[in-house]
Amino acid sequence: MIPLTHHLILAAVLFCIGMAGVLVRRNALVVFMSIELMLNAANLTFLAFARDRADAAGHASAFFIIAVAAAEAAIGLAIVISVFRSRGTINMDELRTLRN
Amino acid sequence: MSVENVLFWVFALGIVSSAFLVILARNPVHSAMALVGAFFFLAAEYVLLWAHTIAVLQVLVYAGAIMVLFLFVIMLLSLTDADLQPGQVTLARVVGGASAAGLCLVMVETLSKTKGAGQVIAGEQTQVFGTLAEMGRVIYTQYLFPFEAVSLLLLVAIVGAVVVAKARI
Repeated sequence: MIPLTHHLILAAVLFCIGMAGVLVRRNALVVFMSIELMLNAANLTFLAFARDRADAAGHASAFFIIAVAAAEAAIGLAIVISVFRSRGTINMDELRTLRN
Repeated sequence: MSVENVLFWVFALGIVSSAFLVILARNPVHSAMALVGAFFFLAAEYVLLWAHTIAVLQVLVYAGAIMVLFLFVIMLLSLTDADLQPGQVTLARVVGGASAAGLCLVMVETLSKTKGAGQVIAGEQTQVFGTLAEMGRVIYTQYLFPFEAVSLLLLVAIVGAVVVAKARI
């Protein structure tokens, strides 16, 4: 049996890769993909604990996370399309109307 | 080392390397393809964790539906060559990358001290754990309200996506 910590550390590494993507990349689409990676890291943590405690509640949580991620992707990509239509760019550094 | 352990390391390597490809590839299409790979490796990892149903959902919903959505949007945006050039290195990006690496170190250090409950799946549970029937039983008995709330959330998301993306209704 694989120890719980192995899966937790894998999830932590995956989360940090996603976080690095959000902070470093400037393409809004890639930022969205990085957010999906972070959500998957959360899922992996839930499932690792579900296995460790032999409790199916973690599976239910993972199911809800997948549903929320689908909703997030639909809304987020609609916003990206809408922004691209009005600004002609999806570079996050050029979208700074709210800052000034 | 057992087969299970070998498979864990193979899938873990696949997950981490394709996740790095996602954030390092210059072309968003390459990022999307690497993300599909990461989702498949994650699904395999979920099977190792006895979460068969979630693994199937992962492939159907993430690698299927969500990635098709991503690829459609990439094609709709028709990016030019200028969009594919690497941006300049700014202070914010350096600090962002460094803080992600720092968080990674802290989390690995902390999580390696975690002690699991170490429950063994035995007896009747080997037949039902991770199956659709067991997940349905848990969701419909203990988590009925969140389930209904999520269905409402998805409805709102569908309507919202149409309203936001459509030029005029």
